[in-house]
Amino acid sequence: MKILVAYKRVVDYNVRIQVKPDGSGVVTDGVKLSPNPFDDIALEEALRLREKGVATEVIVATIAPADAQAHLRNGLAMGANRAIHVTTDRPLQPLTAARTLLKLVEKEQPGLVILGKQAIDDDCSQTGQMLAALWGKAQATSASKVEVNGNVLRVTREVDAGLEVLDVDLPAVVTTDLRLNEPRFIKLPDIMKAKSKPMETIALDTLGVESGDHLKTTQYAPPAKRSKGVMVKDAAELVAALKSKGLL
Amino acid sequence: MSKILIIAEHANGQLNPSTAKCLTAAKQMGASAIDIAVFAAEPAGVAAEAAKLDGVSRVLTVANAANANALAAVLAPQVVALAANYTHVLGPSTTFGKDLLPRVAALLGEAQVSDIMKVLGSHSFQRPIYAGNAIITVEAPKERKLVATVRNASFAATGNGATTAPIEAAAVSAELPAHTRFVELQAGAKDRPDLQTASRVVSGGRALGSAENFSVIYALADKLGAGVGASRAAVDAGYVPSDMQVGQTGKIIAPELYIAIGISGAIQHLTGIKDAGTIVAINKDAEAPIFEVADLGLVGDLFKLVPELQALL
Repeated sequence: MKILVAYKRVVDYNVRIQVKPDGSGVVTDGVKLSPNPFDDIALEEALRLREKGVATEVIVATIAPADAQAHLRNGLAMGANRAIHVTTDRPLQPLTAARTLLKLVEKEQPGLVILGKQAIDDDCSQTGQMLAALWGKAQATSASKVEVNGNVLRVTREVDAGLEVLDVDLPAVVTTDLRLNEPRFIKLPDIMKAKSKPMETIALDTLGVESGDHLKTTQYAPPAKRSKGVMVKDAAELVAALKSKGLL
Repeated sequence: MSKILIIAEHANGQLNPSTAKCLTAAKQMGASAIDIAVFAAEPAGVAAEAAKLDGVSRVLTVANAANANALAAVLAPQVVALAANYTHVLGPSTTFGKDLLPRVAALLGEAQVSDIMKVLGSHSFQRPIYAGNAIITVEAPKERKLVATVRNASFAATGNGATTAPIEAAAVSAELPAHTRFVELQAGAKDRPDLQTASRVVSGGRALGSAENFSVIYALADKLGAGVGASRAAVDAGYVPSDMQVGQTGKIIAPELYIAIGISGAIQHLTGIKDAGTIVAINKDAEAPIFEVADLGLVGDLFKLVPELQALL
C-alpha cells in the first residue's frame, strides 16, 4: 500500500505573528517557515506504518512556490520515499487544495492519505474532509490512534465528548491530532540520503484544477487586546463579582 | 434574503448548546427563515428542544437508523440533499461540525468559512487565523451557497422563545456510504469536562509546587464543574501531564470563565486564553503579568484563598 502525505509549509509555530500596519496581511518576509506540525505527525504515522510492513511506500506532497524544495527535502530526510511538488505562486484555499490533492490521488492511487487536522496558518481544518468527500471515501479526522486490520482501519478520534472509535474501509483519509505520535528527529545522514531521493515537480496550471477560491479576505487585524480589570480584596468579593457577571 | 439551515449537534437525545449558539450567529445574518435540521435515529426529543429556541422557523427531522451516531460521511450527503433550498448551511465549530461541514461544502462544490467569530453581514464575517494572533474579514460571494462553522466561544446561546416552531419530517433521498462504521465512544475515564470545550476552566501554575498540591485545583474545578488546565511551567515541573497544558504550544481555549491560579502569565500562556470570556487571576505577586489581562484579580496565598473560595461556592 502507498501512503500519500499532504505536507504543508507554514510560518514556524514559534514565530510571533505580526499583522502589517496597513491590514493587508501578516508579515511573512524573512520569517522562518517550517512544516505544519500536524503534517509532521502525519508523515511520522505514515513512516511507522511502513516500518510495520503495512505500507510499502510513503509519498510527501506539497502545493507551494518553487522555493519549497527544501521543505520537501525535509520530508524526504524524515524518511519519505519520494516527493511531489505541485508548484504555484498563489496561496490556495482548502477546496482548491483538496481538488489538487485529488488529482495526485487519481495519479498515485494510494491506499491511505494522511494530513494534519489543520494547518497552523489559516486554521481552516477543511482540506482532509474535502478530499475524502471529493474522492468518495471514508474520513477519520483528529486521529489519536490508527490500527490497520487488513482492509479496515480502526481509528481513535479525539472528539469533544471523549474518544470516538471508527472502523473505516481503505482507501481512506485520516487527519492527525497532536497525540497521535511524536515525530522523529532528522539525523545528518538522512539529510544526505534525501538529496538523492526522487522529487517530481508538477505545475498546478497543468493539472486542470477548477479553482474553489471563492472567498475574499479583505482585512487583517491584530486581535483585540484585553484590558486590565479590577482587583478584589478577598474570596467573598470575588464570588460576589462573579455572581454579578452571571458566571456563578 | 437569506434562508439558513443549521445542522443540530446532539448526543444521547439531548441538543448540544452549540446549536443555540449557531442560531445566535444565524440571526445576525438577517435571514428570512432559519431552519434547524436534526439527523438522528429517533429525532423527536432533540427536535422538540430545538423547536423551542427563539427565532427558529421550522425544525426538520431526518429519522434514520444510520444516523444513530453522527458520522460525517453518512450525514454529509443527507445535508446536501436538504441544502438545495437554502442560501446558508451552518454548523458549530466543534469536533462534530469541523468533521461534517467541510465534507458538505466539498460535495456542494463550495468553499467554507471556518470559525466565524463575528457576523458583519449575510456574507461578511470575521474569523481567527494563526491561533487567533490575527483576525481576518472574509467576504463570501452572494451568488453562491455559503457553508460555514460558528465558533462556540464567540456567541451566546439563544434561549427559548414565546412560541414553538413547527416540526416536520423531511424526506431525504441520498445514497449512504457503508465505508464508515461507528465502533464506540469512550466517554472519557475523566469525569471532568473536556478542557478544550469546557465553559469553565481552572488552571494551576508553578506556584502549586507539587503534583500533590494540585489537588486544590481539582477540588475547586469539581465544585465548579470545570475542566482543569495548567501552565507550561507546571507541566515542565511534572505536576501534571502535558495534555493539560494551556498556551501557545498546548491548548488554545476560550471558556466563559477562566481561573488562573498561581500562574504568572507568560506570553505563551496568555496566547492560549486571550479569547476567554472572563479571566480571574489568583497570585501572590501583585506585579504578575497575569493581572494585566485579568478581569478580576486577587492577590494572596493560593493555599489559603482557593479553599476559602471553594467554601463560598
